[in-house]
Amino acid sequence: MITLVLNGKTLSVDAPPETPVLWVLRDNLGMTGTKFGCGATLCRACTIHVDGQPTFSCLLPLSAVEGKKVTTIEGISGPVAAAVQAAWDKIQVPQCGYCQSGQVMSAVALLTTNAKPSDADIDQAMQGNLCRCGTYQRIRRAIHDAANQLEASK
Amino acid sequence: MSIVWGLSRREFLRASALGSAALVIGLRIGTARGASASPPALEPNAWIRVRADGSVTLVCPRNEMGQDVHTSLAMLLAEELGVDPRRVTIVQAGADPVYVNKLMGSQITGGSTSVRDAWEPLRRAGATARTMLVGAAAQHWNVRAADCRVENGRVIHGNKALAYGTLAAAAARQPVPKDVELKPPASFAVIGKALPRLDGSDKARGRTVFGIDVKQPGMVYAALAQCPVLGGKVASFESAGVEKHSGVRKVVNIGEGVAVIADRYWTARSALADLKITWDEGPASKIGTADIYATLERAAGRPGAIAKQAGDAAAALARGKPIEARYTAQMLAHATLEPQNCLALVSPQGVDVWASTQFPQGAQGIAAAAAGVKPDRVRIHPQFIGGGFGRRIDVDFIGQAVAIANAIPGTPVKLIWTREDDTTHDFYRPPSLHLLRATVGDGRIDAFDCKLISPSITNRLFPGAVQDGLDGFMTEGLINFTYDIPNLELRTVIEEVGIAVGYWRSVSHALNAFAIESFVDELAAAAGRDPLAFRIAMLEKMPRQQAVLQRAAANARYSAKPIGGHAYGIASMECYGTHMALIAEVSGSADAVKLEKLTYALDCGIAVHPDQVVAQIEGGAVSGLINAIRSKVTIANGRVEQANFNSFTIPRMPEVPPIAVDLFASSEAPGGIGEAGVPLVAPAIANAVFALTGKRIRALPLEDGGIRFA
Repeated sequence: MITLVLNGKTLSVDAPPETPVLWVLRDNLGMTGTKFGCGATLCRACTIHVDGQPTFSCLLPLSAVEGKKVTTIEGISGPVAAAVQAAWDKIQVPQCGYCQSGQVMSAVALLTTNAKPSDADIDQAMQGNLCRCGTYQRIRRAIHDAANQLEASK
Repeated sequence: MSIVWGLSRREFLRASALGSAALVIGLRIGTARGASASPPALEPNAWIRVRADGSVTLVCPRNEMGQDVHTSLAMLLAEELGVDPRRVTIVQAGADPVYVNKLMGSQITGGSTSVRDAWEPLRRAGATARTMLVGAAAQHWNVRAADCRVENGRVIHGNKALAYGTLAAAAARQPVPKDVELKPPASFAVIGKALPRLDGSDKARGRTVFGIDVKQPGMVYAALAQCPVLGGKVASFESAGVEKHSGVRKVVNIGEGVAVIADRYWTARSALADLKITWDEGPASKIGTADIYATLERAAGRPGAIAKQAGDAAAALARGKPIEARYTAQMLAHATLEPQNCLALVSPQGVDVWASTQFPQGAQGIAAAAAGVKPDRVRIHPQFIGGGFGRRIDVDFIGQAVAIANAIPGTPVKLIWTREDDTTHDFYRPPSLHLLRATVGDGRIDAFDCKLISPSITNRLFPGAVQDGLDGFMTEGLINFTYDIPNLELRTVIEEVGIAVGYWRSVSHALNAFAIESFVDELAAAAGRDPLAFRIAMLEKMPRQQAVLQRAAANARYSAKPIGGHAYGIASMECYGTHMALIAEVSGSADAVKLEKLTYALDCGIAVHPDQVVAQIEGGAVSGLINAIRSKVTIANGRVEQANFNSFTIPRMPEVPPIAVDLFASSEAPGGIGEAGVPLVAPAIANAVFALTGKRIRALPLEDGGIRFA
C-alpha cells in the first residue's frame, strides 16, 4: 500500500510500487482525465503536478509519489487554473482534445511560476506537450489571455 | 466538383466487402436508442428527438475527432428547428444504414464530407420537426400555422407561446410533412455565427470520454505482441513465464499476435516481456524503403489510366522542348495521440464494441467476422476520437479486440496499443513518384503531362471501388486540376509495394499538390514569369480561385523576389469544393530555413461554424508541416524503423510559425474543410525555399532534399 495526497485527499493505493502513476490513476482509481500518449515522456499528455511541479506520469513509478501531493486535471483548482480553463474556453483551443489535459496542466504550472510569460517562455514551457491536431497557436493565445485576466483581477 | 465524383464513389463503395456487408443490416442499434431515461415524444426522423422536458437531441451520424462535427451538425439542425444550438444534446449514432454518408457510400467520417453530406438532410430534418411542432401549436390555438413563428424552442402566435416540450407529444401525431421550406442564407440565425464548441469545455477539463477511457463493469485489459515485420504471423509461442504474473487471466493467440489479458493494463503489458514468440515473418521481411521506391520506378513506364485530359498533350510535347521533373513523397504514420484501442464484450447477447472509430459499419463487419456472428448481433458504440486523420477508417484493432474478448466470453476486454505498436503497425500514407513534363509559351503552359505512381489504399479497403485502373482517392488533386491548359494529360499508375497503405489526412491531394504546384513554379521560372501572375493568368475560368490567390498574396505582402531576406512561395488548389491559396514566408539560408509565416485565404462557400473552419485550417497547416519538413516512415527488412515521437517526429510548438487564415464570406453551398489546410503546405514552402535559396527540392520530406529547417 502506498499513501499519497491525491487532489487534496489522502488515500492508499494497493498496486505494485513500480506501476506508473498514469495507470494507477486510470485503472486503479478510474480517473481517466490524464492521458496515455507515448509511455516515454515524449508527448506529455500524461502531465500531472507532484508537489506543484509538472511531472510526467507515464514513467513515474507509484513509489515515487509516496507521501507527495499529486494533482490531476480532475483536481486542479484555484485562480490560475480557473483563468487557464476560462481562456481555453474563450479562445476555443481544443480540437480532438486528447492532449488538452496535459496542455492545461503545463500551462497552469507555467503561469503559477511566471505570471507574465513571453512567447519564448511559453515555447520553453510548452514544447514538451505535443498536439497532433495543431492547436499550438491557440494555446499560446490562451496562455497570454489567462495571464492578462490574472493581472487584471489583482 | 468533389461532390460529383463523391457520388460516383458511393456507387463503387457499395460493391466493397465491408460496405455491402454493413449496408444490408436493417436494425437500428448502437447508442442511439435508450440513451435517455424518458422516451422521446417527437421522433420524426433518424436524427432528432424532442422530449416532453423540452430537451432536443441530435443523433449524430458522424464521429467527433476534433473537426467540430458535433457542433457543426447541431448548428444545421438548430437553424431550422429554431432552438439554441447550445441546448442540443449529442448522442452518437451506432452503425445503421440510415446514417450512411451519401458522399462516401458508407457510414464513414472522412473525405471532408460531413457538413456537405448533412447540409440538406439535417436542415430538412430540423424543418420537418419544426413544421410538426408548429402544426400542433396551431391546432391547439385553432389558428393558422402560417401565422405562427418559432423562437428559441417555442412556438409563438401573437402574445401566446408554447414550449416545444409541451407540444412534443401532440406534434408526434401531426402528419410528417413531405416537403418543407428551408431558410434562405440571408435569414440564417445560427449558421455562420459565433458559437463555442459543444465539446470544448469538457475537453479543457479532462471530462471527455475517448475510446480509451470507456469503462464497463468487470472490465479487464489486454496488451498485444505483434510481429515486428508488417503482415507477419505467430508461428509458435511459449507463455510459461507470463502466467507467473499475478493478475494475468489468459494468453490468447489471435494469429497476427499474442495477447495477454490481465486485471490491469500495466500487468498485461509488463507480462508481455515474458512471452517467447516465434514469428512467421511473411513476404514483407525482404522489403526495405529503397525496394519500395524501386518498385514505383519500375512501374513508371506503364501508361496507367487517365484521370483528366484536354487537347493532345503527347503531340504538343513532341512539338516543343519539354521541361521534365520527377517528384517523390515519403510514407507517413498517422500518429494519433490516442493510440489505437478498443473495448469489446462477447456475450450470449452478441458483441458490444466501444471504440474510437471513423467507420462504425466497418467496425461492425470486422467485429462480426472476428466473433463468428452475423453483423446484426454486433452493437457499435462509437466514442470521442483522440485524433483520426484517416487512421480510424481502418478497423484492424477492433477485429483484434473482439478476437481477444472472444476468448473470455462475458468479460469486457480493453485492448490498448503502445505508441510503438501504433507507429510500427499503422497503414502508412502511400509512397509516391510523379513524372511531369510540360512546355511553356507566351507566358503560359501549353502542354502539361503528369503521372502519379503509387500503391492504392482503396484496392485494399474497398477493392470493388477501383474501376478501370482508377482509384478515386489517387485521382484527387488531378481531376480537380484548376489551370486552363490547352493540352493536358493527368494519369495514375497503381503499383503495390508490399506494405499496406492507408488514408492520411488529405490523401492524394497532398501528393499531387506537392508535385503539381512545385512544378508549376518551375514552369513559371522557365517562362520568366512571377509565379503569382503566372497562375492567375491560367485561372481565368475560375474567379473564386483567382480571388483567394490574390487575397493571400495581398495579406502576405507577397513578393516574387525576396525582400529584406524574406522569400515567399505560393501554392493554390481547389479541393473538397473549397478554394485554397497559401503563401509561405521563409528567411535564413539553406542550412537553416526559418518558417516565418503561413498565410491562407480560402473560399469554402458558406462556413457553417466559421471559427472552427479557421481552426481546421490552422490544424491542417500543422498536418501539412508533418508532410513537408522532416517526418517520415522508413522500412528495413519489413520493419518500420520509427517507433515513438523521438523517431517519428511531429511538430512542437516552437516549430510552428504563425498561421493567418482569411475566410471569404460566401453564399455558395459549403465545401469540405477538415483536410483542406494540409496539401498546400509542402509546395508553398518548397517554392519559398526556391525563392530564398535557388534550390529546387523535389522530394518529401524537404529535409531529405538537402536543406535544413531552423
